[in-house]
Amino acid sequence: MTAVDLGMPGLPHAPRGVGHLRGAESFPDAARGALRNGQLRANLGHATSTIRGKRANVVGELPDWEQLRAAGKALKTATMARLDEHLEELERQVTARGGVVHWARDANEANEIVTRLVQATGTSEVVKVKSMATQEIGLNEALEAAGLDVFETDLAELIVQLGEDSPSHILVPAIHKNRAEIREIFARTIPGVDPGLTDDPRQLAMAARAHLRERFLRARVAVSGANFGVAETGTLTVVESEGNGRMCLTLPETLITVMGIEKVVPTWRDLEVFLQLLPRSSTGERMNPYTSAWAGVTPGDGPQEFHLVLLDNGRTAVLADEVGREALHCIRCSACLNVCPVYERAGGHSYGSVYPGPIGAVLSPMLTGVEDNASLPYASSLCGACYDVCPVAIDIPSILVHLRGEHVEAVARDRDRPTAEAVAFRGLAKAMSHPRLWHLAQRAARLGRLVSRGRPTLPNALPPPISGWTRSRDLPTPPTKTFVQQWTEEHRS
Amino acid sequence: MSAREEVLARVRQALGETRTPVPEVVRDYRLTDGRPAGDEELLTLLVDRVEDYRATVLRCGPAEVGATVRAALDQGLGTGWAAGDVVVAPGLAADWRPAGCDVDDDRPAVQLAERAASVTAVAVAIAETGTLVLDGSPACGRRALSLLPDCLVCVVTADQVVGSVPEGLARLDPLRPLTMVSGPSATSDIELQRVEGVHGPRTLLVVLVGG
Repeated sequence: MTAVDLGMPGLPHAPRGVGHLRGAESFPDAARGALRNGQLRANLGHATSTIRGKRANVVGELPDWEQLRAAGKALKTATMARLDEHLEELERQVTARGGVVHWARDANEANEIVTRLVQATGTSEVVKVKSMATQEIGLNEALEAAGLDVFETDLAELIVQLGEDSPSHILVPAIHKNRAEIREIFARTIPGVDPGLTDDPRQLAMAARAHLRERFLRARVAVSGANFGVAETGTLTVVESEGNGRMCLTLPETLITVMGIEKVVPTWRDLEVFLQLLPRSSTGERMNPYTSAWAGVTPGDGPQEFHLVLLDNGRTAVLADEVGREALHCIRCSACLNVCPVYERAGGHSYGSVYPGPIGAVLSPMLTGVEDNASLPYASSLCGACYDVCPVAIDIPSILVHLRGEHVEAVARDRDRPTAEAVAFRGLAKAMSHPRLWHLAQRAARLGRLVSRGRPTLPNALPPPISGWTRSRDLPTPPTKTFVQQWTEEHRS
Repeated sequence: MSAREEVLARVRQALGETRTPVPEVVRDYRLTDGRPAGDEELLTLLVDRVEDYRATVLRCGPAEVGATVRAALDQGLGTGWAAGDVVVAPGLAADWRPAGCDVDDDRPAVQLAERAASVTAVAVAIAETGTLVLDGSPACGRRALSLLPDCLVCVVTADQVVGSVPEGLARLDPLRPLTMVSGPSATSDIELQRVEGVHGPRTLLVVLVGG
């Protein structure tokens, strides 16, 4: 922990080489492929517009939505301000009720802890509840590398796992697949599945039920995440729909819960806010079908061995960023994905991280260090829809701008010469502060009309460094007259 | 340094030497619905919200609970069910139970999967969200009881029905294993089309007593 010993500002980020926070290619490169996939765009457009409508209806029902939202934000801010104290209290309470608390500095350590705990039970099968934290750290790969069989039990996660695919949405990880594609995956991969299986969603869901039923009944170890961990009582909660979560939380002898340290809330009463905000924002329901809450071990009811793994993996580095720490308030509802024009077109895989969409564009770079996800803060038009819809009012656009600034400064530090962009903006600043220079520059820009040959925008294939701008943006053809020229003409008389 | 000490040290470093004051949390959202528990409007709201999840509600007076539970089982299982198909929570009131039914005991939980239906009480019901909460008490039973049989019948008394989520949570003990149930098990994972009944009970019936 040299960073602390030397008194330097940097806290360790999520390590490279493990987990799913970094993509193989940059956002614009990945998005270019996704944009050519017409099926993907159709699936996403349908799904996001459906869920936007449902959400708007149930949020509109509550006269005090804005008050709940403000309370949610204040609760998270207050929790983060004393995060160490709440974590220690959570540990005390879970331990007092028969649970065992483990701490993991990063993904590697968390994976080692869980693998060791599973191996200690002597079983080779693990059933899993959908959890963002365990996807983030690549737990399935780690368990499989240790020779264990891992079964995702959430329907969408099962679709993703069987299709050897990766999740593309926080709430609906298989949102990029339509029913026909899902039917094909099931028919190909589920042993003994009815060959007459159709693409009716009910039939597909029942095929998943039959496939997993036996596994639930014989499972001895389950791994889950947690939506909230209540410090004052040691109560953990999982919010879900299908009942696969209840199966995993109830039937096995051993339960291992991996929870990011930012998921702690101080008091039980705080859930009166979050259990209103989360389901309405997330699935667009008044309440999700099942919410489970448990504190440690209850004799005669549920797992008799309970382990809680508290995970850092870059979260403390996010906490150290006074602007960016608000991203830790996220309750993983995914409303920001569903309203984002960039997500709707580019899809979740383009972000290269388990956290896609607007929240992913801020959270992933902060967890990994901005240099490892440098394109993500730019994967946004800064329209602000994500901020408006966020149930805990995270100002995502401001964090995006903040991260862009950090990235530009980091690039400038690493280079001997300034970037073309820096030179251009320095020139622009100079021109805009000298009226004569400005008018001269505007007149010079009219030369662009020659390149456009009468079209409203300049061609995309311009030489570098201008191509850096025009690759993903239209550059309008300069007008024949500037505003000042027109104003002067009209007001001359 | 242990991982525990290190993570806590990182948190303290991130928050800095001089900590910002903890902001006050203003709770100016609705703390109560304004209507007392069991108010007829709340019961009507609960029925509406539970039925919106495609669950069934049967209302009855305090003297008719047993008969109404049997009627609910007729709906959930078809009229040919046998008492042995049904398992009830050990603390369920004797006159609410179908005669001759199985009573849950300390058998391995997975054996409950052999039963077609279960009957439990609830700890509280939240009208606005159509939520029933089971708290692991003898009348509600252990968690597996309301999970494994494919048909779940919950008996709710009028005095247990509150308006809002804050009122509901305030009545619960967070040290007990809690299950909040809002309709039957469901998924929207395929094209966001809702399908009821995945892994939990596919049929939910609510017997609402009194009011």
